[in-house]
Amino acid sequence: MSETPSITHGGVLERPPRRRLPWQTALKRLLGAIAVMWAAATIAFFLQEISPGDPALSVLGGSGARPSQQQIDAVNEQYGFNRPVLDRYAEFVGDLAQGDLGVSYQYKQPVTDVITEQVGPTMVLMTVSILFAWIIAVASTLISAGHGRLRSSVGSGLETFFAGLPQYWLGLVLLVVFAFELGWFPVTGGTSLDALILPALTLALPLAGFIGQVTRDEFERGLRQPFALSARARGVSEKEVRWRHVLRHALLPGITLSGWAVGATISGAVIVEVIFARPGLGRILVDAVSAQDLPVVVGITLLLAAVYVVVNLLVDLLYVIVDPRMRSSMAVA
Amino acid sequence: MATTADPTLIQGPFPGGAGAGSRISSRVRALRPAVILAALYLIVIAIAAIAPSLLTSRDPLEVNLGASLQSPSIEFPFGTDQSGRSVYTRVVYGARESVLIGLGATAVGLLIATALGVAAALGGKVVDGGINRLLEVLFSFPGLLLALLLVAVFGSGASTQILAVGIASAPGYARMIRGQVLQVKNADYVIASRALGHPPGRTLFRTILPNAFRPLVVLATLGVGQAIVWASALSFLGLGVAPPAPEWGAMLDAGRDYIQTAWWLDFFPGAAIVAFTLAATCLGRYFQRRIEGETD
Repeated sequence: MSETPSITHGGVLERPPRRRLPWQTALKRLLGAIAVMWAAATIAFFLQEISPGDPALSVLGGSGARPSQQQIDAVNEQYGFNRPVLDRYAEFVGDLAQGDLGVSYQYKQPVTDVITEQVGPTMVLMTVSILFAWIIAVASTLISAGHGRLRSSVGSGLETFFAGLPQYWLGLVLLVVFAFELGWFPVTGGTSLDALILPALTLALPLAGFIGQVTRDEFERGLRQPFALSARARGVSEKEVRWRHVLRHALLPGITLSGWAVGATISGAVIVEVIFARPGLGRILVDAVSAQDLPVVVGITLLLAAVYVVVNLLVDLLYVIVDPRMRSSMAVA
Repeated sequence: MATTADPTLIQGPFPGGAGAGSRISSRVRALRPAVILAALYLIVIAIAAIAPSLLTSRDPLEVNLGASLQSPSIEFPFGTDQSGRSVYTRVVYGARESVLIGLGATAVGLLIATALGVAAALGGKVVDGGINRLLEVLFSFPGLLLALLLVAVFGSGASTQILAVGIASAPGYARMIRGQVLQVKNADYVIASRALGHPPGRTLFRTILPNAFRPLVVLATLGVGQAIVWASALSFLGLGVAPPAPEWGAMLDAGRDYIQTAWWLDFFPGAAIVAFTLAATCLGRYFQRRIEGETD
């Protein structure tokens, strides 16, 4: 187990270099990200090829619809399922580069239209959730870290507990308690603001548990560092040491975690949208998976993967800007 | 001690050195009650999975329409579902399938990961580069999405569930194993094994792998909990084990229709999963501290 490298050690007393983006590295990373997305699309395409299901059947409403051979032939002709694989692959990649994700088997409309209709609520949900998670994690760290053993272990116990909660269960419990029993929030409310709270909390609480574990460790380590001691020696109040000096250091590893957090939120959003019957990409995705509507599945998967890759790229760059010490090591990586 | 193959992988290459016990930090000792509780829970689940009839006298599929949707009572500790089946009995019987799917998925993940990780670490620059690229691509799909894509392609069901969750978790393990093998492959005891003239296969399986796998015990323990969560998420979405099989995720899915009136249908199967992950996490951490305590 490699330990998270402490970023609070050191403390070399020299003027920090100017905060400047390493453009070359950024460009290299961007090209790398594009290559990754292209490879992901290729994998997705060939997965469709080896799928035991017949795409023509999915178009005609599944095997339960019992279409005639004539209908199947017509669909194969129309969608070009009987053309050579490489032809279709070339077309797939070409269309993808132009932002065309093909036509949904189920809805018979372009996948991009399906996605644009649904992408808004999902992005709102994800953003609000990550925001909530950060607020809860920082609050929990500030309240419980470095205030003696008892408070600290209660805090870390709660964090472990929440980090382990699967969203589908947490969501159902929140739904029963706050929507059915207490009636504080609507059971399902489409995209209205008060209908956002419970879904966002469902995503945020486990996430806050994860982030909190990391920030707490770093915070407690920070409190024992020379810079905290020297701040105290300068007569800075304990509160200010915690808020201004130590907290900033404790947040750094959290930034790296944010990239991962977006991934976790994407997975969680799928589940939460189903529980709370919220419109969004996740629900469409689950429907498409059970109907084997592969263009929609592949389209949404690739879009969310792209979001994830871009966020990770930004996080890497952000990290370099925030922490100059990372600059040399990133150039090596 | 390079031949400490398997069962106690948690031991270091040089276990039992003087004072090894005393160097285990006090934090580990402080964890004891939680660790014991976690271990007890896992034992109960193991009993439920192997011999469910020891824990309940009812049949998980026995329909009793006269007793439908009863809230928890002494007779039915977890209540009954819409067909009057005992939820407690179904949770007990569900342990086998849920745990098997979790273990299966972890095994699939570890198997793929070991092949990729070892090949990357020992296969030279080209293989390493190729596998690293592949992992990077797989990493670009956030967890559940890769599993969903695989379910869409291969259709739903228990076996796809195991494969999908296993494949989705493989990249993480693979990176870990690669790092470990890289670290171990130039250790003195590996060189010694080669110098003794052991064939490469023997060196790999008896010397490199056991030592590289040591930290993986932790990851796998944590991983089984995570795999159960993911697998039951798929069932919960209606893409895994089909009802009326008493699998925890499928029970959650079925209970969702009655959630407004009968919270116990979802609460207890979910609680079983939550307790399982927590127990797995707790034990995983304990192993981790022990390993770190011994190697520090």
